[in-house]
Amino acid sequence: MSTRLYLGDEALAQGAIDAGLSGAYAYPGTPSTEITEHVQRHVAETSQRIHCRWSANEKTALEEAIGMSLAGRRAMASMKHVGLNVAADPFMNAALIGTRGGLLINVADDPSMHSSQNEQDSRLYADMALIPCIEPADQQQAYEAPGVAFELSEQFELPVMIRLTTRLAHSRADVKVGAEEPSPQNPFSLPDDRQRFILLPERARRRYQWLLSQQPALETASEESPFSHLVLEGDPSLGIISCGLASNYVREALGDAVGHPWLQIGQYPLPARLIHTLFSTCQRIIVLEEGYPFVESRLRGLPLRSTPKLLGRLSGHLPRTGELAPEEVTNVLRSPDAPPSPRQASPSSIVRSRPPVLCQGCPHIDSYRALNQAMAPHRERGRVFADIGCYTLGAMPPLESIDTCLCMGASITMAKGAADAGAFPAVAVIGDSTFAHSGLTGLLDCTAEHTPITALLLDNDTVAMTGGQDSQATGRFVGLCESLGVDREHIVRITPRADLHEENVVKIARELAYEGPSVVLAQRACIQTLRRSKATEKSSASPDRRRSEGGQP
Amino acid sequence: MRCDIVLAGVGGQGLLSIAMIIGRTALGQGLHVKQSEVHGMAQRGGAVHSHLRLSDRAIASDLIQPGSADLLLAMEMMEALRHLPMLANHGTVLSNTATIRNIPDYPEEEALRHALLTHAEVTWVDAECLAREAGSPRAANIVLLGALSRLLPLEKDAFKEAIQTMFSRKGGKVVHQNLDAFARGRAVAT
Repeated sequence: MSTRLYLGDEALAQGAIDAGLSGAYAYPGTPSTEITEHVQRHVAETSQRIHCRWSANEKTALEEAIGMSLAGRRAMASMKHVGLNVAADPFMNAALIGTRGGLLINVADDPSMHSSQNEQDSRLYADMALIPCIEPADQQQAYEAPGVAFELSEQFELPVMIRLTTRLAHSRADVKVGAEEPSPQNPFSLPDDRQRFILLPERARRRYQWLLSQQPALETASEESPFSHLVLEGDPSLGIISCGLASNYVREALGDAVGHPWLQIGQYPLPARLIHTLFSTCQRIIVLEEGYPFVESRLRGLPLRSTPKLLGRLSGHLPRTGELAPEEVTNVLRSPDAPPSPRQASPSSIVRSRPPVLCQGCPHIDSYRALNQAMAPHRERGRVFADIGCYTLGAMPPLESIDTCLCMGASITMAKGAADAGAFPAVAVIGDSTFAHSGLTGLLDCTAEHTPITALLLDNDTVAMTGGQDSQATGRFVGLCESLGVDREHIVRITPRADLHEENVVKIARELAYEGPSVVLAQRACIQTLRRSKATEKSSASPDRRRSEGGQP
Repeated sequence: MRCDIVLAGVGGQGLLSIAMIIGRTALGQGLHVKQSEVHGMAQRGGAVHSHLRLSDRAIASDLIQPGSADLLLAMEMMEALRHLPMLANHGTVLSNTATIRNIPDYPEEEALRHALLTHAEVTWVDAECLAREAGSPRAANIVLLGALSRLLPLEKDAFKEAIQTMFSRKGGKVVHQNLDAFARGRAVAT
């Protein structure tokens, strides 16, 4: 037993390694990136055999993990919340197909949208798929969760979600780590029943009935979970339900002896019996949860004999949006009837917001300056559709180069739709790794119809926004675009540098005028990644890193 | 014993590195640690902060509540003012004298200084100057760590070990410069 200082992400990764993990599959995305990076570091240091290379996107990552589970081994797929949208198809169906080796789906939500387009709550996905979800309260539980989740997964032959939120994923704490040696990995074994993993309708219907029949047992598992606790002592005029890390804020506000009946929920489906017990003893219940008012809205719909008054995000006792703040929990627990105080205002009227910006010397700046000039004559009918990555910051003054940012890969496809409607030029700005993640199929749509769009492919040789990870398409862009059907003459390279500005404007302008699909490949390495790789080379023999671009922010 | 510290600065100033050094040092002395960070998009030249909590007992919340921080270390003047409401009445402010003007409407320096001094007693550190004297302009964050270290319930020598560990990959000269930067910072806050 030793104590380490781990991020929630790292604690989860170490917990999975210690529980006999064989494969970590992922696409980088804040706040989930450090889960896989920790596994990669561990493998580099110990030479243990665990698959841990980045996948092209979250869907491929999850499908790869499902394949490993089919072959008997323990696997996990890790992603940010919006990454689960990309992986939603295998996610929903994995519940029906079931698992063999334990399968974890680690999803890090980002309430308050520190680095995301939305603050969707992945617990609703687990609920929709009818699979268990574990929500650790702190880094220690994040370390313990994978072991419990793998057991649960193998017991029920179902994938298990582990849900983190930003505040736990990106906060370090001392974690007691168990074994010196990780548990042995499951042996490779293929299923004897060859029908087992085929979701033809006839079989899918049977599997769905089976999945529904498991729900009462899953509820019991939640009730008996090491991550759920019910304490009935104290003043019953107010009961408390806290989920995940909200439990920490309760303890922070009231101390270890909270003085009220208190249910901590760390595993779903909801532990119904524990909730009924709490409900039958309390007049009012406050629900504290990070993310959507998921539990609160469920409880409002419960057919209950006694119905205490519920306080939470829906009742207006806590803000409807954003991550929970400890002071909000303290205030509502101390005086539930007082209106919620407004969120912390600026301390002084002269403090200005300081949003993130592109780094000085960033190649995207030179790409955008050239694009702006080439687009200047086309403001009437032309638009620039951008994507997910550092280059989304091209929306800010003084560049103001882009008109959209929706989701991974949507630049090319939105440009196509707008071009279909008459926009010209329709420009798609997309990073190298985002292109590999979700841009290829959209470009195929464009070449199939010879749609006049110009994709400005920003190849900075890395997944920059999430800290410089590798991606799958590095060094292969010309061949990829050509094989997708783009005319070789309309795949043009530029080097985004100030001294080549005029030349770059001319090249971009020429492709904007072309009435078919074209690609301008802007290639210059991210200055941050370049600096890091130089530092690594200096200090040690660096591993052979193939680099690429993009990343869920 | 409990010590709640808010670290504030701008992405790229090396704030997370010093949070990490303090965290490791505290862990080495058997304390409980919680250290909340900002990663991802927010790091790109934007305002960043870290909540750092040290205690000899288990710590519940990863975040510090407004009005309860014992220490505020600001690596930049406007960021000091932004996070001032976090400070307890008894709290101490250490602020770098640097300003980072990467936004168009950055306030006047005198107005910032005045607003800060209206609300708190501030110990100023000219971290960039001291870092240059130590031979490494990039070690300004370690100067500030030095200044903060005197106010923390941690041993001086343990910091030195943590600095050595952190910079050993970059060679003996860099280690020496950072140890010097630490010492110069530590001499400021007396």
